Amino acid sequence: MTLSRQASPAQQVPDRKATSAIARYLDRCHAAVRSLWIGGVLIALIVGFSIGSPYFLTRANWLNTSSTATEVLLLAVGETFVICSGGIDLSVGAVLGFSGTAGAWVMAHGFAGAAGTAPLAISVGFLVTLLAGGAFGALNGFLVTRAFVPPFVVTLGTLGIATGLGYLLNNGQEISAIPASVATIGNANLGGWIPVPVAVTAAITIWYALVLSKTRFGAYTLSIGDSREAVVRAGINDRRHLFKVYLLSGFLAGVAGILVMARLGAGSPASGSTDNLNAIAAVVIGGASLFGGRGTIIGSVIGTGIIAVLITGLVLINVPPFWQEVAVGAVLILAVYIDQLRGRRRHRA
Amino acid sequence: MSVRLAVRDMSKHYGGIEALRGVSLQVDAGEVLGLVGDNGAGKSTLLKILAGVIAPTAGEILIDGEPAQFANPAAAQAAGVATVYQDLALAGQRDVVANFFMGREVISRGWLGRRTGWLDTKVMSEHTVSELARLRTRIPDVHAASMDLSGGQRQALAIARAAAWTSRVLLLDEPTSALGVEQQQQVLDLIRRVRDDGIAVLFISHQMPDVLAVCDRAVVLRLGCVASTLGAGQLTADNLVGYITGAKTAADDTGAEAEPGPDTRPSPDTRPGPDA
Repeated sequence: MTLSRQASPAQQVPDRKATSAIARYLDRCHAAVRSLWIGGVLIALIVGFSIGSPYFLTRANWLNTSSTATEVLLLAVGETFVICSGGIDLSVGAVLGFSGTAGAWVMAHGFAGAAGTAPLAISVGFLVTLLAGGAFGALNGFLVTRAFVPPFVVTLGTLGIATGLGYLLNNGQEISAIPASVATIGNANLGGWIPVPVAVTAAITIWYALVLSKTRFGAYTLSIGDSREAVVRAGINDRRHLFKVYLLSGFLAGVAGILVMARLGAGSPASGSTDNLNAIAAVVIGGASLFGGRGTIIGSVIGTGIIAVLITGLVLINVPPFWQEVAVGAVLILAVYIDQLRGRRRHRA
Repeated sequence: MSVRLAVRDMSKHYGGIEALRGVSLQVDAGEVLGLVGDNGAGKSTLLKILAGVIAPTAGEILIDGEPAQFANPAAAQAAGVATVYQDLALAGQRDVVANFFMGREVISRGWLGRRTGWLDTKVMSEHTVSELARLRTRIPDVHAASMDLSGGQRQALAIARAAAWTSRVLLLDEPTSALGVEQQQQVLDLIRRVRDDGIAVLFISHQMPDVLAVCDRAVVLRLGCVASTLGAGQLTADNLVGYITGAKTAADDTGAEAEPGPDTRPSPDTRPGPDA
């Protein structure tokens, strides 16, 4: 007994070291691999659609696809933080629509007819749009952290509230009496290839990718989603942090509201109605866990890319547009299924 | 060795139920005091009071001779009392460094670093590696997710984290239950090293062999009272079980004293150490 106890560590250590080194390597690759295989799906879709349609790899389709992607991506960035924190924000698309409509309403009614006020009208209108988004984010955050209503219920409620208020602003009609230069900015291209909304979205996305992965804010977000108990015991103010996460999500929905308004040249209450689920799907396809604690912005970017490419690509290969949502839904389920398989294998090992 | 933590006449009543009835004990700096007792004896109640989770009905806590009152867990932590609960409070998908520094992240220097809360991951990783190495915990990779560690490694991480951020008192709630034999030994070794750093350790356990192995003295609680304080000479399985079950009382055995006296505490060199 004594002998075997003394002998066994010496025999086991090299073995264990070798296997654990491999396991460690695999673990470190895990997140990267997840992004990679999802990235592979995106590339496969691009290749497939390029073969299927001569119009897919064109400047016109790039401008169209990237514009489609911007609003979903902005919402997905905020949604990534919310989902990583263990919550969900169902209201982002509705908040996008409401905030853009509110901004347009202020531009149309506060500055109607007065010549030369366009810069002021635009500034105030954009500010109102951001404030409207932030206000809904703050409302969500307040209800989740102070009233202890589950995030799903809170944001389902604000989804309805924001949708209804958006329609109430102009009897359900879009508001197009805004300065023409808004649409000029929104449809301008940098070098002919980079629409202004795409550039804005790219800058914001890179910034928040760094925030999530490199800063204390991101670390708290992931840790809260992983184990609320651990975070509370570590003396972190979990409720204050979660409030900020929902505020961020609402604020980015406001930014998306500005970009959509600028693209359409009008404030449209219905403009974000399909973006809710697309944003959540993009985040989940990108590898974030709906139970919290895991997720990356780069994953959400790829997830958004898959959705945007499906939406524009299917049209180009003459598939009826209603199939878009079918395809996005199927990809969502498939991505989570594959992720579950991998997780199960990992836990068994 | 000086008295690090002293508890005087601690009582806790829940309505008519007396969970604690005038419990007194003390732990020296650099000592492991076992706290044993059957379910309902009051161990958890005492732990929660010391951790600042619940307020006592009556009684006093002294840290290094200074009266201390813990309005909440943060106050207890600020006073240098760290607690490792059974559930360890680790974030499973976060890596060892993130767990080690949770709530105490190191932010990069410079204006931009402070404004953005940019993590200094290099410093944090190095510090985690050196601290875990100093306590000789067997955690091979500080960038592994904590759920991929073994049960013993997770326990070691939780204890090392608590020890690293406290200088005074460490409360351990059942740290060796649910562990394999070899991992139990590793955790016990770790507790000895933490003790050798001069931290007062209060070790709550149902595992009598572990109490005998690591504790310098042990306090047996029974029905909310101190049934016995067993010094080094009286720390036997027989005595522990006897006082826990009530088969023995202080009156039966003149060798054990109901109140801790200076003679029941071992001198540092007679204490069983890792190399003993």
